Amino acid sequence: MSLGHFAYSTAHLIGATVLMMGFGLLYQRRMTAVINTYSFQAMALAAAAAWQAYVQNAPHLYATAAIALVFKGMLVPFALNWLVKQLGIHRTVETALGIGPTMIVGVGLVALSIVLVLPVTESATAMTRENLALAMSVVLLGLLMMITRRNAVTQVVGFMALENGLILAAVGAKGMPLVVEISIAFSVLVAMTLFGIFFFRIRERFDTLDLAYLETFRGERQ
Amino acid sequence: MVQLPPDLLNPLMWILALPLSGAAFLAVVPRWRQAAWLNVLISLGTFLASLALFSHRPEPGNLLFIDDFNIYLVVLTAFVGFTTAMFSAAYINRESKSKRLSPKHLRFYHAMYQAFLFTMLLALTANNIGVMWVAVEAATLTTVLMVSLYRTREAIEAAWKYFILCSVGIGLALFGTILVYLAAQPVMGDGAPAMAWTLMIKRASLFQPELMSLAFAFLLVGYGTKVGLAPLHAWLPDAHAEGPTPISAVLSGLLLNVALYAILRFKMLMAVNPQALQPGPLMIGMGCSSIFIAAFMLYRRGDIKRLFAYSSVEHMGIMTFAFGMGGPLANFAGLLHMTMHSLVKSAIFFAVGLITQATGTKRIADIRGLTASQPLLGWCFVVGVLAIAGLPPMGIFMSEFLVVSSTFERNPLLAVPVMLGLLVTFGALILRMTGMAFGEPSPLPGLDIGKRPSAFTYSVGMLPMGAHLLLALAAGIYLPEPLVVWFQSVAKMLG
Amino acid sequence: MTALLWGIIHTWLVVGFAPFITGLVRLVKARLQGRRGPALVQPYRDLWRLLQKESLMAESASWLAHLAPYLVFVAVWLAATIMPTFTTDMILTPAADLIALVALLGLARFFTALAGLDVGTPFGGLGASREMFIASLGEPAMLMVIFTLSLLAHTTSPANLVIFVLAGNVGLEVSVGLSLAAMLMVAIAENGRIPIDNPATHLELTMVHEAMVLEYSGRHLALMEAAAMTRLLLFMSIIVCVFFPWGIAAAEASLAEVALGLLAWVVKVSILAVVLAVFETLIAKMRVFRIADFLGGALLLALLATIFLYVSKAE
Repeated sequence: MSLGHFAYSTAHLIGATVLMMGFGLLYQRRMTAVINTYSFQAMALAAAAAWQAYVQNAPHLYATAAIALVFKGMLVPFALNWLVKQLGIHRTVETALGIGPTMIVGVGLVALSIVLVLPVTESATAMTRENLALAMSVVLLGLLMMITRRNAVTQVVGFMALENGLILAAVGAKGMPLVVEISIAFSVLVAMTLFGIFFFRIRERFDTLDLAYLETFRGERQ
Repeated sequence: MVQLPPDLLNPLMWILALPLSGAAFLAVVPRWRQAAWLNVLISLGTFLASLALFSHRPEPGNLLFIDDFNIYLVVLTAFVGFTTAMFSAAYINRESKSKRLSPKHLRFYHAMYQAFLFTMLLALTANNIGVMWVAVEAATLTTVLMVSLYRTREAIEAAWKYFILCSVGIGLALFGTILVYLAAQPVMGDGAPAMAWTLMIKRASLFQPELMSLAFAFLLVGYGTKVGLAPLHAWLPDAHAEGPTPISAVLSGLLLNVALYAILRFKMLMAVNPQALQPGPLMIGMGCSSIFIAAFMLYRRGDIKRLFAYSSVEHMGIMTFAFGMGGPLANFAGLLHMTMHSLVKSAIFFAVGLITQATGTKRIADIRGLTASQPLLGWCFVVGVLAIAGLPPMGIFMSEFLVVSSTFERNPLLAVPVMLGLLVTFGALILRMTGMAFGEPSPLPGLDIGKRPSAFTYSVGMLPMGAHLLLALAAGIYLPEPLVVWFQSVAKMLG
Repeated sequence: MTALLWGIIHTWLVVGFAPFITGLVRLVKARLQGRRGPALVQPYRDLWRLLQKESLMAESASWLAHLAPYLVFVAVWLAATIMPTFTTDMILTPAADLIALVALLGLARFFTALAGLDVGTPFGGLGASREMFIASLGEPAMLMVIFTLSLLAHTTSPANLVIFVLAGNVGLEVSVGLSLAAMLMVAIAENGRIPIDNPATHLELTMVHEAMVLEYSGRHLALMEAAAMTRLLLFMSIIVCVFFPWGIAAAEASLAEVALGLLAWVVKVSILAVVLAVFETLIAKMRVFRIADFLGGALLLALLATIFLYVSKAE
């Protein structure tokens, strides 16, 4: 096997790990398990970024990998765990759709993104195309998780998983300037902080983080 | 980009540096009265710097640039930012008297206001599409906490919805941006130049069409969420209604414009590439559905701010429809509408803010007879609603007329739903307005002895509204020549 | 000639070595739990003891209950001979087919379930219904894994599949990785190991497989136990020979190479047995309703493996 093929296979493997973690997020029923799975996904993402840095000869991607590892792999899960403990919220995840049907829809979304991306990127290299298909799948799975979860914390984890998919797409694109990736990471961090603030406010006002209670107002029902 | 003396004369640097440093400064000013006036002063500085753009247009750089499209938007944003800062000073004065906002909140509020203006101006002047994305995301983040400033159940729900929906939308827009970069990269090489809009527009015809189409789909959905296009508008009425009124004014008047501007920048890239998906039909569809949904929702509203938030949805729908139609006349109409809507909608929200403070309620049913109890405010409100409903000789009539006539010209069948939507909206707004402005006046607890504002505060509150309405009137009668030239050149670029 | 010889040795090997593997798993589990554990050859002694005891059947048992153990044992044994162990050159190789393997295992499971229902005790019914529920999800998953591997190698014959993998045409394929994960999950379910089912439980309400054989004694029980042990060895053999086939002897191999193949297989299966024992010690048994999620996950992994085949083929 030439290095080219080996590089491609490894990138493919790491990307598939990120996707598997995305499915793992849909599968879990316990809050701490969800947060840990998200942490693994972020670490797989860091590995993907580091590998792309090596293959593309782009040292600035090492910085992206480091940011993904430190912020998303360690800080954010730590913060989420702390929030969960502080809020004392119930540890099980309420789902709007059963876990089985959710996973089936997830596989459908993966097939959809593969069908969408592959014909469109005929001229790009195989590694880029696959990376894009995998990234889009992760984004869609994150979106699915946000839709099918009723607890605010797991909705946020779904959103962070969506961002993971976006970063995966960004590192796959050859030569994306670092300023963009740094800014993305920074905005994710700020978003995370705001989410944390929000949890406390929601809990303060509604005494629960179950978002079904948040929908009673629904833009005036007079 | 950060060299010395030559850039000190670059108005772009001042336009961006002033709000940013203002935000940092206002975060530490302890007394809110000083902070409010500092806010006004900084906004005035930004506005004057933007006026300097007319005489001294800087060269496009890799990160920032000014062209015919964003020059007047920058000036407009700075102007509305300035007038809203004035209104905010008066409004906050009354709010703090009624003890709804603590000094700590107010410090945060002022700092975030300037930060918000910075992010909007950055989004408007960004050349790098990645920086534009970051700026729009930052604009969302700065306003989220402000929407929930009052900490009521409704406010928190509104802010959460706003946060989640817009963040998802922005995420999808980022995906679209990455796809655009992927399309540009084989043609333009790696790195930052491949993300610079001024360089991309020259070679966009060589980009791969299918990839651009996929990218535009994501961008339309992503940024379209922030514009408030149906069916992605669910966050808009709540978010615009629950925050403090100055924030509603800038959200409705300015942020929606910035999001639409982002979509249009990408539409220009698509226009140069003939084989790519034609964005027209998509935008027409979304615009039409926005107009309709908003028009019918207007009838059932009981809250005054929510009423005008839906009106924003409708107007953004008209603009999207116009840009979707394409062609010089419709594009011109859309651009004119963007400008007029900013001015009139913010004027309306100023009026609404003063009304709610005077009557102490936001419910339409409880507000009556404003022209009798508060003549100046009442009649300004009437004029504003007539303007937003599209009556001549105000500016919005001109743009709506141009949209409808160009639709009749190109595709008569499409004009029917648009006319229907406009008429329904007109009816709803006039109905509500007559209820509020005429008839037996309702009691005004906000103006009881001891709570009445000083004449100075009162005039500072009324002045921005009057200025906006006068400008809209003037633009409806006579449009200055340079503005027409810019509109026409941009209309050509939009295809 | 040698093919016949290897075939005969292979057939007796899969059934003769199976109790040793089961004994190894039990011994390692015991040691990990701090006990001394039974001897490695204890399962042989158990089978011998059972064969010599009288077989008592309930009065309500029909001919099916009497016949089932023999059927089950033969089906599993036949399935075990399909999968190559130490050499790919055996007399039955041309007739071997992975789908037939799944069918034979399905046959065995069908008769086990019927036997459980036959006597009419409630626990038999309980075990049978649970077993069928597990099978309804596990079999499709296993079939999807086989489809993926067959699509990759363009063959359903296990020997050809092994040869394909050995030839190095498969790199770090994601599909293969996903198939391995799915196969491991299915193997755990099919053999009734923790976290699906506890083979050492004595509480009837937690049983799945044991509940169906509750009524058997003597030689019938010996056959059922032997079938279970052979099934465990079969699945280990599948995993080892398809995903880690290095060392297996090819056609026209010398005696030394065949001996090496045998040694390699024994070592690999033993390692897998130790890994299984460690895994079972680390993890707790799942609640029954979560088995659906677990096997659904296996099915989806297998499905994804097939989908990814098309992604990589599209380059």
